[in-house]
Amino acid sequence: MSDDHVYLTLAEGHEDDTRWAYGTGFEDPLHGVDTAVPDGVDAAALAAVCVALADDALVSAQRLGEWVTRAPELEEEVALANIGLDLLGQARLLYSRAGQADGTARGEDAYAYFRDPADFRNVRLAELPNGDFAFSVVRLLVLASWRLAHFQELAAHPDPVLAAVAGKGVKELSYHRQYAAEWTVRLGDGTDESHRRTRRALEQVGPYLGELFTAHDVRDDVVTVLRQVTEAAGLPMPVYRPLPGSGRDGEHTGHLAPLLAELQGVARAHPEATW
Amino acid sequence: MVTTATDARRARHIAEQVPDPELPMLTLADLGVLRGVELTGDGTVVASLTPTYSGCPAMAEMRADVAARLRAHGYPRVVIRTVLDPPWTSDWITRDGRRKLAEHGIAPPGPAPRGGPVPLVLSPVRHAVTCPRCGSAETEETSRFAATSCKALWRCRACREPFEYVKEI
Repeated sequence: MSDDHVYLTLAEGHEDDTRWAYGTGFEDPLHGVDTAVPDGVDAAALAAVCVALADDALVSAQRLGEWVTRAPELEEEVALANIGLDLLGQARLLYSRAGQADGTARGEDAYAYFRDPADFRNVRLAELPNGDFAFSVVRLLVLASWRLAHFQELAAHPDPVLAAVAGKGVKELSYHRQYAAEWTVRLGDGTDESHRRTRRALEQVGPYLGELFTAHDVRDDVVTVLRQVTEAAGLPMPVYRPLPGSGRDGEHTGHLAPLLAELQGVARAHPEATW
Repeated sequence: MVTTATDARRARHIAEQVPDPELPMLTLADLGVLRGVELTGDGTVVASLTPTYSGCPAMAEMRADVAARLRAHGYPRVVIRTVLDPPWTSDWITRDGRRKLAEHGIAPPGPAPRGGPVPLVLSPVRHAVTCPRCGSAETEETSRFAATSCKALWRCRACREPFEYVKEI
């Protein structure tokens, strides 16, 4: 065995072959973490919170991944993929925590690949199609600001695992929000065409804002950020128009099912397979 | 099995020398992800790791490498713990780690932002990032995201070379 060179180390045999970030059958992302649910924590409620936040992250990561090979610049493709990877990591940790808390001992794959659209609890803003780059950026600004504000609160949650995942996520989400905010300003303050498209994107997210604040009331924090960014961009604030229903209750747009069909297709066609 | 302080130090030393899968010029100790190595009374080595980013795909590789390396050096019982709290910060990269990054053309991070509410700053922030190749401070960010989660892309206006920069987190 060589200690000298990492590539030789990688080539050495290990007792498991599930170390790479593709496919199914990963090692539990909470491997080696104390998984007891503390006294006084409602395990069913904890599981529901974890699933909802994981679904937001998984669906967002899938949409962000759709930009790969299609982004306007290579740097933006790398950025969007990186943001998606952070969210996918958050989703994996949260699904694992949900499976421990709800007593089913389900692993992350059961949540990601073997639930139907009506079982998903993500907010509908996350599942809307990417549209143009302006819409994707404005959507990311809203979702990252909202999730960041919520995670800052959850970092004090009595469940130490959820608190730790949230505390870690705060650092990542602040980078996501920064990226989306800078692009919103650049597009809003850019050409007539980029301004027009970004204004349209803000109009398009408006109807989905109410659902976010019903789920987690961090409205003041999100509105503060949106005001700061839209003022710098020379854009109007999105108009708040309530829309009936909520993804948190399993009520989704018609866009979620095709997204999940693509995400889940291989796992469902070969349910016993790991790859 | 009788364990000694020397034995514990040896186990720690072995774990500390495992290279990072994505930044192979650094050991896991240099990167600050190895949070502790203990030897229990029955000879089990308990190594604690903290992931850099939630989605870091190298985490499983790190666990497997640490366990394999310890087993190969005569510690058959190895337990790897994942410590999520406190979260990893780039401040944990050691002085040696920073030197090695710079020697390999990667600019090391500055001090990480402290906890508390994270402000959104829209005005351009002047980071004092020094080009790891020519030492010039005339550098600029080209992308805040790069080939791995922990790095950003920069370029030097003096020597014109692009370089990577480990982000503060």
